Amino acid sequence: MSDKRHDPAEPGKKGVSRREFATKAGVTAVGACYAAAFGYPIFRYLASPARTYAEMAAITEVPIPREKVPGPGSALMFRFGTRPTMLIHHEDGSMVCFDAVCTHLGCTVQFQPEEKRIHCACHGGTYDMNTGKNIAGPPPKPLTPYQVEVTDEQILIKRA
Amino acid sequence: MGTTVLDWLDERLGLKDIVAFAKKKTVPDHKYSFWYYWGGISLFFFIVQVVSGILLLMYYQPGPNAYDSVRQITYEVDFGWLIRSAHSWSANLMILALFIHMFSVFFMKAYRRPREFGWWSGLTLLGLTMVFGFSGYLLPMDELAYFATKVGLELPKTLPGVGAVITELVQGGPEIGSTTIQRFFSLHVVILPLLYIPILALHLWLVQKHGNAIPESEAAKPESERRSIPFFPNFLTKDLAMWLIALNVLAIMASMFPWQLGPQADSLAPAPEGIHPEWYFMSQFQALKVLGEVFTGKLAIVGEYLGIGGFTLGGILWALIPFYDHDSKNGRRARNATYIGLAALVGLMVLTIWGYVGVS
Ligand code: HEM
Ligand code: FES
Repeated sequence: MSDKRHDPAEPGKKGVSRREFATKAGVTAVGACYAAAFGYPIFRYLASPARTYAEMAAITEVPIPREKVPGPGSALMFRFGTRPTMLIHHEDGSMVCFDAVCTHLGCTVQFQPEEKRIHCACHGGTYDMNTGKNIAGPPPKPLTPYQVEVTDEQILIKRA
Repeated sequence: MGTTVLDWLDERLGLKDIVAFAKKKTVPDHKYSFWYYWGGISLFFFIVQVVSGILLLMYYQPGPNAYDSVRQITYEVDFGWLIRSAHSWSANLMILALFIHMFSVFFMKAYRRPREFGWWSGLTLLGLTMVFGFSGYLLPMDELAYFATKVGLELPKTLPGVGAVITELVQGGPEIGSTTIQRFFSLHVVILPLLYIPILALHLWLVQKHGNAIPESEAAKPESERRSIPFFPNFLTKDLAMWLIALNVLAIMASMFPWQLGPQADSLAPAPEGIHPEWYFMSQFQALKVLGEVFTGKLAIVGEYLGIGGFTLGGILWALIPFYDHDSKNGRRARNATYIGLAALVGLMVLTIWGYVGVS
């Protein structure tokens, strides 16, 4: 049915006239302005929570009140900005803090005191419970550590 | 390249058949043609409602957080105020356009055989749109929304026997609360769109099938003197130009006069002075108010029955007009129908304006 393809060499057709071209260009330009004038607010509207999260993520320290601190041999999960974070209180009284997002594919890791390790259930990744170093399984990198500052009233977790 | 893609698609989808069909279709061209655009303008605002409504759904939370989520949309989310303002303004402009469309169709006598179902489906769409407006109005749960809805839901209560049951069912309890919002929400974003879209499709199909009706002054002319223009591209271009105007009007209103958010609804606070419903319910509101001044005390219920009964009966007769004025052969009935239309138009306008003057 459609074998009559547009042929630029077709005699009698001199291509697009200058006037036609100007009209088309004008309509396209105005259309683009409208698309931008409506698209931009809609994009910003939809991107708005991303900005809120970015602001949340920009914080540099999180205080943890004494009473929330886990007993020796256990861990506390909390949010550092938007990130799940793990504060481990070791049997010897020392405290370490790591970003709790597995460096392999992003699952949240868990502290396993009996096995003396940090474990990721998704693909069996294992990290050292004292340093956060990746010691077995697929994770390519250690867990990001945080600085832990202990005072009488609270524990202050800071970006290292 | 562009043409090759078009050819490829055409072979599979039959696009050229649609264009050929649209080119063959014509639209009458006469001095009242302007009124043919109002259905299309209403359709445009409906599309805006669907798009802006879906955007609002990205942040709105029905239930106990309703007010807070609308407060966030209005004051915290980037351009949230504009999306909300566009949804509210477009709702009002859509209802206005629908009323203009209905009256112009009425005066062109486009309800006559064989267009009766076009008239009925159109009235149904107008009714559903008003329910859209009523249910949407409560969703922000500010003071005005709360009291306007409360007054509106009192009305069915006057029906003997079933009235109170209906109100409780709609409300989801004896008072307006978070269950009410939940119900109005499912009505507003699920049930109404589900009902609306097929009826709209039927309506558009019927317009397509029967073509535009022409006013009697045109019908009186011999066929050879009547003019018409092709739907594609001529009428469509004009239609799109109207949409562009509608879009600009909406953009100006929504950005220059942002829709306000009142204080949070509080069922213990007294109703604010001068409380009144949206303008499209003003005529009913005012009629009830006037009747309430005439019939006082024990007779108040009589006034309410007269008001509600009057509007219901009027609506039913309005819908039945195709049975009264069914063809162009009966000049007396045709003239009477025009008078009925004028009376309805003037009556609604007077009551509405009176309502506003009375409030201020
Ligand atoms: C599928 C279509 C629609 C969806 C998904 C939708 C969605 C919404 C949502 C989520 C809200 C609450 C947010 C807010 O209050 O600002 C709302 C409010 C509202 N809607 Fe719709 N809506 C639709 C169609 C309509 C239509 C056709 C009308 C026509 C009258 C309408 C009139 C209103 C009104 C008057 C409000 C209150 C606005 C305010 O004061 O903030 N909506 N709608
Ligand atoms: S995501 Fe943790 S091991 Fe794969």
